[in-house]
Amino acid sequence: MAKIIHNPLVLSSSRSAEKSESCCKLSGPTSFMSSKFLGNKLLSTNSATSPATRRSAAVVAVSSDVVKEKKLKSSSSLANLLITKEEGLVLYEDMILGRAFEDMCAQMYYRGKMFGFVHLYNGQEAVSTGFIKLLKQEDCVVSTYRDHVHALSKGVPARQVMSELFGKTTGCCRGQGGSMHMFSKEHNVLGGFAFIGEGIPVATGAAFTSKYKREVLKEDCDEVTLAFFGDGTCNNGQFFECLNMAALWKLPIVFVVENNLWAIGMSHLRSTSDPQIWKKGPAFGMPGVHVDGMDVLKVREVAQEAIGRARRGEGPTLVECETYRFRGHSLADPDELRDPAEKAHYATRDPITSLKKYLFENNLANEAELKAIDKKIDEIIEDSVEFADESPVPARNQLLENVFADPRGFGIGPDGKYRCEDPKFTQGTAQV
Amino acid sequence: MAAAILHGVGATTPLSSVKYNNSRRSLPGSGITERKRASFVIQCYGSLSSGLNIGINRAVKLSTNAVATKQDSVTASTPSKPGHELLLFEALREGLEEEMERDPWVCVMGEDVGHYGGSYKVTKGLADKYGDLRVLDTPIAENSFTGMGIGAAMTGLRPIVEGMNMGFLLLAFNQISNNCGMLHYTSGGQFKIPIVIRGPGGVGRQLGAEHSQRLESYFQSIPGIQMVACSTPYNAKGLMKAAIRSDNPVILFEHVLLYNLKERIPDEEYVLSLEESEMVRTGDHVTILTYSRMRYHVMQAAKTLVNKGYDPEVIDIRSLKPFDLHTIGNSVKKTHRVVIVEECMRTGGIGASLTASINEHFHDYLDAPIVCLSSQDVPTPYAGTLEDWTVVQPAQIVAAVEQLCR
Repeated sequence: MAKIIHNPLVLSSSRSAEKSESCCKLSGPTSFMSSKFLGNKLLSTNSATSPATRRSAAVVAVSSDVVKEKKLKSSSSLANLLITKEEGLVLYEDMILGRAFEDMCAQMYYRGKMFGFVHLYNGQEAVSTGFIKLLKQEDCVVSTYRDHVHALSKGVPARQVMSELFGKTTGCCRGQGGSMHMFSKEHNVLGGFAFIGEGIPVATGAAFTSKYKREVLKEDCDEVTLAFFGDGTCNNGQFFECLNMAALWKLPIVFVVENNLWAIGMSHLRSTSDPQIWKKGPAFGMPGVHVDGMDVLKVREVAQEAIGRARRGEGPTLVECETYRFRGHSLADPDELRDPAEKAHYATRDPITSLKKYLFENNLANEAELKAIDKKIDEIIEDSVEFADESPVPARNQLLENVFADPRGFGIGPDGKYRCEDPKFTQGTAQV
Repeated sequence: MAAAILHGVGATTPLSSVKYNNSRRSLPGSGITERKRASFVIQCYGSLSSGLNIGINRAVKLSTNAVATKQDSVTASTPSKPGHELLLFEALREGLEEEMERDPWVCVMGEDVGHYGGSYKVTKGLADKYGDLRVLDTPIAENSFTGMGIGAAMTGLRPIVEGMNMGFLLLAFNQISNNCGMLHYTSGGQFKIPIVIRGPGGVGRQLGAEHSQRLESYFQSIPGIQMVACSTPYNAKGLMKAAIRSDNPVILFEHVLLYNLKERIPDEEYVLSLEESEMVRTGDHVTILTYSRMRYHVMQAAKTLVNKGYDPEVIDIRSLKPFDLHTIGNSVKKTHRVVIVEECMRTGGIGASLTASINEHFHDYLDAPIVCLSSQDVPTPYAGTLEDWTVVQPAQIVAAVEQLCR
């Protein structure tokens, strides 16, 4: 069994300082502008280090106490806090919603209410909340199969997501999509894709539409698209092809890599020649940023900058969020391969606990307020399960309904009429 | 993969033995219809050959006065409007341009569609007129720019994605299969994907195996898409417009050898139906179903057949998915014999599906098993002679009909 060369304390402190520097010193647009600057700086650091430190420097997703310390220091020394109380509570509520929902999913799965492949997001809430809570309703989000929480953060009601998971007709996709295909036209969630990398071109297309509206149709459009995907996807051709096109045409898109170090059982370090994904941005002409994905405030800062860039028409950004999933790849994954020490380590960096601590320490909220939010979310989740339970399963006539936007696509039958005009067709008993 | 694509398409002529011209002798009593403009008119008066076996029940009664094309008075003609003459690729461009003019959300993306004007000149001049964003030159990344087209379609645009050669779309199979066809359904009907994917395919003039592919057989199982194949300038323009206006994802198959076909098409605007097939020649003895380039081999064979006294009914099915079972069915009910002539490979092609479909629906009307003439299950060889033998030639069609009508 391969063990990760993963020793938090051996990390070259200068290296992590560089990284945390890049995360914390977000003063304005200029910090992203010279992506080459970032790249060069770190490259020169690399060459100066000895092979030993370089090996450990190559280990990407490692927290160091330096980072934690820095965070505490920065939070107490900053004149202005990173968030207001309202914002803090919104972030907290969103993360709790994500966590509670996923926990309920696990319960429901083991009770036989949902089936198939269900991929849970526990531990990664900071990324979803940090990014999506900065978006408007018209902005688009594209995700992968680990998409429940992205949909929830974007505003899709928990009822609709739970119903979809139960396969009921009241689900956001009428029960036709399932766990891996969450779509919402109202909230501009463009999926939910089962194959990794498949959603990235779709996100690029949504960003293209935004640019088209602005430049061809002369509309006042500053809609942004976020594409979420994992570390495994970053070795896939579609990723690179889209980085190229997005940078080439300066599309308003942010590529968010949720690097949780594992692609089912394949460690990121075993599958990637250069595990530092953020570096691949500058190779295509866009800034690459690495951020601690277990810290919602850091993610939010980086997100603000990246989304701002996109809105201003300055082009795409590649953001690598170092994060971790507390559960297995899916509910079918026994999760025996990962080192328990690694899991324990990341458990101490639970994003919800960190945010709670921040809120308390900076007197933004007290125990009672947070408990009230916990209770509210519990009720929402309970309600969503009840709603899903009571919702009807799809009827037979739903089978053929959404195959074509224009049902004439089913063709002309032997009697000369369009198939869809056949009354038996809607009953699902007609032969197609 | 964007290897030696010839822009010198003018060098190839689809059929050496068929002349397309405007002169036609009108038959008494029938007007020249719009739809018939694509077909050529040859009048011949054949005589019965004495060796025919007329005694057997299933034998076909041969006519003494067959004509290669018959004008049917389906639609009223407007002989006062002159129409204009153009080549097939120009007809495609005309349709495309009209739709781009009509709807600002229509855009084009593909390799070399912009500044280069398209490898077969279908998009020539459009980038100058509409700009580099509306006629987008993409990098060589089929899967991704097809996916980009799909994402754009989901968010309101109506893109036309060009595959420089249909074969290149094999790289886009992931997006075409998973996203293009499925997302409308998987999203519960929330997102429509009004994309048109088009490009030249089929066996050309010694283009080699990889540039001579027939992707209609690979795509036909994908649920949620429609496939059409154009074969004349008239239907090329009509189908292009229909495909762009359709809210469904449509794959429009063009053929490398047909781009220089010339025809006179109407001046006024017209849009054809994506689901209908085209009656090329009515007849009584046998139904020949075909599409794209094979239509011309069939018509050439029809000439010979008519000389021999047969009366074939030729239907260009045009809609490869779904099949127009009405026109096809009516024909089968009339002639009771079917020959399918296609360019797909024997295994798993459009002909195979069509055979199954006709057997399923019209079995009772058939007097003989369906004959399906397809290309050989062989990667298209480079050598000219070998290449000729991989596809169906008119002589084979004649032989098959004679055999069937015995």
